[in-house]
Amino acid sequence: MLITCPYCGPRDVSEFTYQGDGNRQRPAPASQNLDAWNEYVYERLNPAGDHNEVWQHSGGCRSHLRVVRNTLTHEISSVAFARGHVAHRSPAKRGTKT
Amino acid sequence: MAEYSAFALIRNALNGNKDWKPAWRKPEPKASYDVIVIGGGGHGLSTAYYLAKEHGITNVAVLEKGWLGSGNVGRNTTAVRSNYLLPANTRFYEHSMKLWEGLSHDLNYNVMFSQRGCLNLAHTPAQLDDYARRGNAMRHQGVDAELMTPAEISRLIPAMDVSRDARFPVYGGLMQPRAGTARHDAVAWGYARAADRRGVDIVENCEVTGFLHEGKRIVGVTTTRGDIRAKKVAVTVAGSTGRVMQMAGIERLPIESHVLQAFVTESLKPFINTVVTFGMGHFYMSQSDKGGLIYGGDLDGYNSYAQRGNLPVVEEVMAEMLALFPSLAPARVLRSWGGVCDMTMDGSPIITTGPLPGMYLNCGWCYGGFKATPASGWCFAHTIAKDEPHELNAAFTLDRFHRGALIDEKGQGATPRLH
Amino acid sequence: MSPRRATSGGRIDRLRTIHFTFDGAPCTGHAGDTLASALLASGVTLFGRSFKYHRPRGVLTAGIDEPNALVTVLRGDVREPNIPATTVEIYDGLVAESQNRFPSLAWDISAINQLAGKLISAGFYYKTFMGPAIGPLKGTRFWMLCERFIRRAAGLGRAGRAADPSRYERMNAFCDVLIVGSGPAGLMAAASAADNGARVILAELDARLGGSANWSGEIIDGMPAAEWAAGLAEGLKAHNNIRVLPRTTVWGFYDGNTLAALERVTDHKERLGKGEPRHRHWVIRAKKVVLATGALERPMVFPGNDRPGVMLAGAARRYANEFGVLAGGKVALFTNNDTAYHAATALQKAGASVAAIFDVRANVSDAMRNLASDAGAEVHAGHAVVGTEGSRALAGVKVQRFDSTNGALSGESRTVEADCLLMSGGWSPAIHLASQAGGKAQWDAELQAFLAPQAAGNWIGAGAFNGSFSTAEAIAEGHAAGLAATGSKAAANDDLPVADAVAGDPAPASVFEIRANGKSFVDFQHDVTAEDVRLAHREGFVSVEHLKRYTTLGMATDQGKTSNIPGLAIMAEALGKPIPEVGTTRFRPPFAPVSVGSLAAERYGDIRAERLTPMHDWHLEHGATMYAAGLWHRPMVYGDPGETIEQSYVREAKTTRETAGIVDVSTLGKIAVQGPDAAELLDRVYTNMFSTLAIGKARYGLMLREDGIALDDGTTWRLGQNDFLMTTTTANAGKVMQHLEYFLDLIWPELKVTLTSVTDQWAGAAIGGPQARAILANCVKETPVDNTALPFMGIVHGRIAGVPVMICRLSFSGEMAFEVYCGADYGTRVWQALMDAGKPFGLVPYGLEALGTMRIEKGHVTGAELDGRTTARDLHLDWMLSKKKPFIGSAMMDRNGLATPDRLQLVGLVSLDSRALSGGAHVVEELDEQNPHGSIGHVTAACYSPALGKYIALALVKGGKARHGSRAFVSDPLRKRFGPVEIVSHHFYDAEGSRMHG
Repeated sequence: MLITCPYCGPRDVSEFTYQGDGNRQRPAPASQNLDAWNEYVYERLNPAGDHNEVWQHSGGCRSHLRVVRNTLTHEISSVAFARGHVAHRSPAKRGTKT
Repeated sequence: MAEYSAFALIRNALNGNKDWKPAWRKPEPKASYDVIVIGGGGHGLSTAYYLAKEHGITNVAVLEKGWLGSGNVGRNTTAVRSNYLLPANTRFYEHSMKLWEGLSHDLNYNVMFSQRGCLNLAHTPAQLDDYARRGNAMRHQGVDAELMTPAEISRLIPAMDVSRDARFPVYGGLMQPRAGTARHDAVAWGYARAADRRGVDIVENCEVTGFLHEGKRIVGVTTTRGDIRAKKVAVTVAGSTGRVMQMAGIERLPIESHVLQAFVTESLKPFINTVVTFGMGHFYMSQSDKGGLIYGGDLDGYNSYAQRGNLPVVEEVMAEMLALFPSLAPARVLRSWGGVCDMTMDGSPIITTGPLPGMYLNCGWCYGGFKATPASGWCFAHTIAKDEPHELNAAFTLDRFHRGALIDEKGQGATPRLH
Repeated sequence: MSPRRATSGGRIDRLRTIHFTFDGAPCTGHAGDTLASALLASGVTLFGRSFKYHRPRGVLTAGIDEPNALVTVLRGDVREPNIPATTVEIYDGLVAESQNRFPSLAWDISAINQLAGKLISAGFYYKTFMGPAIGPLKGTRFWMLCERFIRRAAGLGRAGRAADPSRYERMNAFCDVLIVGSGPAGLMAAASAADNGARVILAELDARLGGSANWSGEIIDGMPAAEWAAGLAEGLKAHNNIRVLPRTTVWGFYDGNTLAALERVTDHKERLGKGEPRHRHWVIRAKKVVLATGALERPMVFPGNDRPGVMLAGAARRYANEFGVLAGGKVALFTNNDTAYHAATALQKAGASVAAIFDVRANVSDAMRNLASDAGAEVHAGHAVVGTEGSRALAGVKVQRFDSTNGALSGESRTVEADCLLMSGGWSPAIHLASQAGGKAQWDAELQAFLAPQAAGNWIGAGAFNGSFSTAEAIAEGHAAGLAATGSKAAANDDLPVADAVAGDPAPASVFEIRANGKSFVDFQHDVTAEDVRLAHREGFVSVEHLKRYTTLGMATDQGKTSNIPGLAIMAEALGKPIPEVGTTRFRPPFAPVSVGSLAAERYGDIRAERLTPMHDWHLEHGATMYAAGLWHRPMVYGDPGETIEQSYVREAKTTRETAGIVDVSTLGKIAVQGPDAAELLDRVYTNMFSTLAIGKARYGLMLREDGIALDDGTTWRLGQNDFLMTTTTANAGKVMQHLEYFLDLIWPELKVTLTSVTDQWAGAAIGGPQARAILANCVKETPVDNTALPFMGIVHGRIAGVPVMICRLSFSGEMAFEVYCGADYGTRVWQALMDAGKPFGLVPYGLEALGTMRIEKGHVTGAELDGRTTARDLHLDWMLSKKKPFIGSAMMDRNGLATPDRLQLVGLVSLDSRALSGGAHVVEELDEQNPHGSIGHVTAACYSPALGKYIALALVKGGKARHGSRAFVSDPLRKRFGPVEIVSHHFYDAEGSRMHG
């Protein structure tokens, strides 16, 4: 599997660390809504198909990347820097409690 | 007279082997059942078997989308052990071990459970203390465990490099003598046949496409072979849990599906006679009766339903193998394969009623599914029959994550790829 | 001349004789021979014994699909088992042994298994060996007893115990086009892609390029095909944009057009060149892949088809044309297709007498009849072989009339004398790599073969891989594929080489098995017979995967290359369904077995990097016993002669508390946290406040995970308004860095902070004890170190031995202590200067054991307590949880499950029997040595405390705090250590901290 880091170019998957589901919504830091926190930490969409996920180019520029990858074929359809997407402000892909 | 025995073999051999019956029938699904079990893997089949055997519930169908046993029961490295640290796990897996010990008789099917032991190697004194903690935890639960010295280990596995100048010298190891290996496919077939003989319908090539609801209650399933109604619907689909539960409207679960690769070498004359794990990485190996060395390592580390892995893990596993067995460099890998593991947020399973009325869920087996097969079915059958968990699976709830009552054997938190 | 060597022909070097041994007997062959061709040439017919019945077996194929002729190759004590003799290139001094026989290949005791044939049919072991339900052999015992014998009998070759001294190598490569296979299709593809300027890699699994051109015996462009191929291959070498890899098996097609290949660099050599690896593992990222992998011939299934002397027709053609070796003197053929007729021609030309061709088809074309008559062979259309005669070599063939429309045999059988029977059951394209890339193979009813799935990877097929079996098609498709892979198109008027061959019908008759009495083998190596397949059918194991798993069909070292399709066909017939409805197995890597060593490559013998601190050599020179801590090597103790480990660490700790000690702390994780929002970030990740920390001061901090569990602790130093140096525990350095980066990139991208790992840039030494300040005063220049200049948690900058240093007064040991940091390259210099300055005071270096002892005495936590399950409260660190701000973990740390009273909490233990305690022992309220039970916790770390004069330990115990002052027992059945302890506070020593505050 090759991931095209926007900074470093196409690199082998062994240079990257998987940082999991990119759909998760972190509640505001001071939020006392325990359900929202629990959902953020523990609940996953886990789709069979395109998956929004986060990878870190840990063996390269160390940027975190937002990647859309198909979990059935491992095909990668988009890669972008994570910075610029503000996770707790971006619209939810599916309905979530906040 | 048992259907399978040495005598039966001789009788049939004289007869040209013409009289053997199908191991299980190929019935058409009925319109309704008391219990539908979705998933004809090890856990689904054992659930059906124990529903019939322990609870007298025989009007049961096991629905399998492909061929029976096509999931992880046929894709694992066949190790059976109960060497867990945390009491909820130790108790559960030890119950499984006891069922394993009588399984071939119980099923009248030789599942080839061979108690050749499982040895975890320690490469620093601190790691040996860690294993002592685990071994002592086992002993305090009545489970067998021993510490072994490097000299004892060397006698047990002469081909292993236990020298002090190895990159990671062996300081000792934790041995569970009653652990071992079993023939994975035989477990699925043995349960299938035994459940079938008790009246359970095993329906292959029957894919569940949706659930039938009455209000919030689940009252059956739609399938590629028609609608089937049931009083109770049990889900045991391992890596496909997310997919199936989404059909029931459960969008999110504390589960990620990950691919785990496994490998086998060409057949060799007896080389090791136990299951051994490497302590400075993630590597485990045993040898099958046919002679292939069966081994594996870590997850590939990303969500996947593909049953295929990639090269970095292949290379890492081989390097770890040779760190222990430098004479195996010329040996050759014959096959590799991938299984989809349902990894939970604490590395421990879920066996529970719900999450919807009329539904029962068994999932989250991570790496541990094969060895759990008997106890998983046994506890799940109890949970389905009694509508409440047995004390052995009472801790394996779905809400434990939110409550903070985690059973985190590795202490890695909500990072499934690290469990 | 050897009995089976043709007088001329073949691509071997007849002037060079090679000497080798097989089963200890001296043998010879020629340069260019494989072990199989050389032995065949010497008249050897018996090559091996089968897996289950130990039947005598000859050689079936001429390549990697060989199921029978497996050997072990020995180099000194190093054993390489299970290598097909058909793939071993001979060299002077080669030592090869046959396998799976005792006492010898000719007389194998286990051949007695054949008598039990029907008893040990497919899956027999599932039906027996359960043993008695009661008595001494109950449970798993009876099976395990039987299993011992089964295991001994099973297995093929024997692996050695001697470490392999070979070197293995990994190579990354990138190319525009990877071409797999160098037959006419592959060569043409390589030429046209290279001509187009593409970077090309051409991989060929054999030593010789050319593939089928080497054995077809055809004419291309007016010259023998082999010469044509050699010329074209030579021409390719002139291109500097093409890399040719002979002896290279492309075995894996992974995601993103990443292909894995094994190059056998030196297996064919007597001696290795300097620096040459044995194998090279290629990881090739190809923009396009051309699959020109050819096709594999299938055997016919009939009684006695495994007798030595029965061989695939294509293999015999190859032995004749490529190696100048005759598979037999008097040859019969049995076929369901036209290709066998070409084999007859080849054998006849090489000097064999061709007795007859038995063809299951009623109608044989005139072209084929002409070939047969040229070869002097009688054609028996509508005939089938129903048996073979002979023992360890073929003597004759039994044939009968056969109707291919219904499979019926008729008339009397008769026997034809022959010492060799060549069979052809049609051809299966080698679609393995395409299948690995994804997609389901498609059945072609005319060719009776599975063709590759529609391209799921970025590949193009050419030649026999596509089911295009003629050389002319291979040339045209290869040419087109090479162009297509480089973005251009073949034109109708392209000038292509002309292949001159007698055209045959590519479609075989749909006949896979002749049903007659006797064992008919489908999978030769695993001894799976047609009856076994039918037994599987009777028992309901009818899907292709069940068939495979129940009978072990296709699971042998050849991975079913010859057996898969015949097995499927027999099952399909039993089911009364077409073959594709039985299914096809998805192929998985590797295409052919791959050495473990090649995959480990450079990491064989060097699995992990070693991390050494700058002062590593000093420690060794001063008697340190080193200890692995993750990848690091750290001093455990600096033992004096005659000391035990315990005596050493007790001396080191005692001296430190009495005068002074120094320890290397360079391994601590160090992260530079810099930027205008650095303090804000720290406030969010630590449970306590850092924005209030004054410049030039340090503070102890605790981090939680999101879920509220303790993650790591350490001190962070404020070096400037926007400049912090964070330290982490050694084990968690990488984890904490990643944790911070994740939050900065994903959660708080608005924070202006940069993070830099500086662990390796700083060397660190912690010097502590009542004399520590005096020692520093002795050697530190450019700054005072008195209490005013350097108060508790203060930081100063100065010089030691001319080297700039940064000193922070903080304490892990509980003594007045300082951490001295300097640039890593000056670590030893500063360390030595500190040692020199401390000499008059009796300063001692101490190792991890003394460090651990002093931290246990102080009740500080480390990895054994921060085990990923404990909370701040469990560790009595709740005083560090700020109520003024949210921080990572603050929202979730108060959940019920993390606050129950019976959680494991940190306590101290004091041994009451004056015996040592050990990490990993459990704690119980009531001692029961016979049946240990009722664990309430466990010991995390233990030592002899010189300060207390007692054996003490830290432990995590249920509801621990409430148990202070109570008595319990350690219970350690593994090490047979049981005894009373008192549960006390984890602060054993100087709880109020008067010593470190000075």
